[in-house]
Amino acid sequence: MAELEQRGDRTPAPSKWEYASAPESREIVTLQDRYGLFVGGEFVEPRSDDYYRTIDPASEEPLAEIPQAGPEDVALAVSTAREAFEDGWSAATPAERAKYLYRIARILQERSREFAVLESLNGGKPIRESRDVDLPLAAAHFFYYAGWADKLEYAFPHRRPKPLGVAGQIIPWNFPLLMLAWKIAPALAAGNTVVLKPAETTPLSALLFCDVLRQAELPPGVVNIITGDGATGAALVKSDVDKIAFTGSTEVGKAIQRELAGTGKKLTLELGGKAANIIFDDCALDQAVEGIVNGIYFNQGHVCCAGSRLLVQESIYEPLIEKLKRRLTTLRVGDPLDKNTDVGAINSRQQLDKIEELVAAGKEEGAEIYQPPCRLPEKGYWFVPTVFTNVAQSYRIAQEEIFGPVLSVLTFRTPDEAVEKANNTPYGLSAGVWTEKGSRILWMAQRLEAGVIWANTYNRFDPASPFGGYKESGFGREGGRHGLEPYLAFDGAESVGG
Amino acid sequence: MAQAPALPTGFELPLEPRLPRIGSVDQVAVEARATDLSRRSIKRETKLFALDLAVRMMDLTTLEGADTPGKVAALASKAVRPDPSDASIPSVAAVCVYPNLVQTARERVGDSGVKVASVATAFPSGQSPTDLKVAEARRVVELGADEVDMVIDRGAFLAGRYAKVYDEIVQVKEAIGETHLKVILEVGELGTYDNVRRASLLAIAAGADFIKTSTGKLSSSATLPVTLVMLEAIRDVYEETGRRVGMKPAGGIRNAKQAVQTLVVVHETLGLDWLTPDLFRFGASSLLNDVLMQIRKQKTGSYQSPDYFTID
Repeated sequence: MAELEQRGDRTPAPSKWEYASAPESREIVTLQDRYGLFVGGEFVEPRSDDYYRTIDPASEEPLAEIPQAGPEDVALAVSTAREAFEDGWSAATPAERAKYLYRIARILQERSREFAVLESLNGGKPIRESRDVDLPLAAAHFFYYAGWADKLEYAFPHRRPKPLGVAGQIIPWNFPLLMLAWKIAPALAAGNTVVLKPAETTPLSALLFCDVLRQAELPPGVVNIITGDGATGAALVKSDVDKIAFTGSTEVGKAIQRELAGTGKKLTLELGGKAANIIFDDCALDQAVEGIVNGIYFNQGHVCCAGSRLLVQESIYEPLIEKLKRRLTTLRVGDPLDKNTDVGAINSRQQLDKIEELVAAGKEEGAEIYQPPCRLPEKGYWFVPTVFTNVAQSYRIAQEEIFGPVLSVLTFRTPDEAVEKANNTPYGLSAGVWTEKGSRILWMAQRLEAGVIWANTYNRFDPASPFGGYKESGFGREGGRHGLEPYLAFDGAESVGG
Repeated sequence: MAQAPALPTGFELPLEPRLPRIGSVDQVAVEARATDLSRRSIKRETKLFALDLAVRMMDLTTLEGADTPGKVAALASKAVRPDPSDASIPSVAAVCVYPNLVQTARERVGDSGVKVASVATAFPSGQSPTDLKVAEARRVVELGADEVDMVIDRGAFLAGRYAKVYDEIVQVKEAIGETHLKVILEVGELGTYDNVRRASLLAIAAGADFIKTSTGKLSSSATLPVTLVMLEAIRDVYEETGRRVGMKPAGGIRNAKQAVQTLVVVHETLGLDWLTPDLFRFGASSLLNDVLMQIRKQKTGSYQSPDYFTID
């Protein structure tokens, strides 16, 4: 509510104008007390007889009990997927496969509000993002790959593409439903069956998605969803699948690669990142500030391609940082279900600890910290949007992936130096370039070692555009025609990069 | 006046205090940001506050060839007392009329505090000799205008003769002295956001108290991204020099929702200091009744027939 304050002879300006809360209703979501594993088109009780609680990270309230699938459960899910593959899905006409994908896409659109609310409830991300980004993109992915299902011969001419069999897929907690769509859509379009494990902390949208599969009348066993922690994931990696697709941390990715070495199973990894967002002095400054904010504070910085290392041309450093700090004061941190929230809750206690640990390290190493004045809710996991200036390339906050709303600012003098600093990292997932000069964008793009490079924008996604990393950010591509290849075998030749 | 140079030397005139760098505007990103801001959900007492503010910030406008003393008198009465059935509704900021109707408006608003604004400088095209424009501005002040809404010479601007545009604003400012000067950029004719930003900085450098989007005579006018670009120019000037310049979107804002969205953009770009009629105005004619209707909806919980709101 606003209050008026007299200032000399001026017309009074308000001393504050706080927006009334505008929460999206939770009522559209119906939660069960306890969920099962989705195997063979049915929810079944886990043989492990083991459950854990999933919570709302914004309030720490428990939402439901989730099965912790053991090795037996994993084996059952995989053998169910294998039967479904052999008993019909591999023989289904491509147009038939497309039909189901289109159905799923349309149902996701129809139920998008329900999914958006659930995604924010279980993951902590602002409803604005789950509504405007996660859900539209997830549906778009199914639409996109539905279109490829009967055109594989055209996608890979003279290579006779064939499905692999059973794909084991392990996804992270930052974009639970969207990552599910990235994984399931191309796998089904290519004719595989799937066993998918959502992240431990965010299983609910994947479990609601099972309902969509039944609504779409997808044949039982084609998609199976098993929940659990890293042990379940490890069991899935060891199981009798033909391919593993993993999105998550570089550490786990390396372990999976070691495990699969020599087994002949195909593997794609989409891992961490420490992307450079490079600001040249001729850029459109106010829009670059928006891009920086969107690059690092989008989804609380829980984004593998987040622009977490800001490289600013020294000539523009001061005004840019001033604008950035000012902009940070207008970020609204709080209830993820409030339509006016810009930054939501940190996904888990564990992640919050990690962020706090790295931020403490940054302070200790001598970086200057800026955090806007901000009132955080008492319960739940929160972290104030943070900027570190005066950061050296050698600091941990410039090297390690923080995966939180923390930006490290470094400077450069010339384009060559920008490239050198940007590439000086074990990661290589993404980068951003901000300049009005088209020729410089192309010059930079040729030299940056990153799978995705955004020019004068950041964190934009499209199903038609391949996404994936260089170096320790992983291999294989998701999205676009490239995204089909890891799910296909080709006659007479091994696929490239799969 | 000396022959204006063809080169854009307007920006290099010795200006004190210093101007911010001219810079550029990214069309895609600025439109995305405006869309984001337009999705803020403003409800209940927060909304009522914004609607009340919108009334106090309004320049109630009639700029028709067919304007008569009768029409303007009615409009001025409405400006003083927008809703006779609700005493809590404040007066609007000003009435905005053609020069010939300034006296009528002046008499009708009396000492109510409502200002009289007059357009000038060959409104809306600005295609007249400079001396005539300056004389016109001086004359409307003599006739009783508190505020002058001048148009820039878009022909000169688009031809790259920035110095001519600049000189004209300086001369008008000199001619009207302390009278409040709003400079209309007519963004619909400028073609790019880059030009909107340049024209904004040019007008501010030349002495504008307010910059204003449009004449209201074109279909493309005060869109949210244009408003944002102009507010960002104002912000840069403020940060660099401490000088506070006002902003007036005009044309195209027809309903209360757009007005609230615009106020959100002001709030999140310039902060609370600009949420006053001293520094922000809406130029509008049909907007007022929709705002009044929404205020009554907020207070009573239901919409009332348009017949309960006067048409002036």
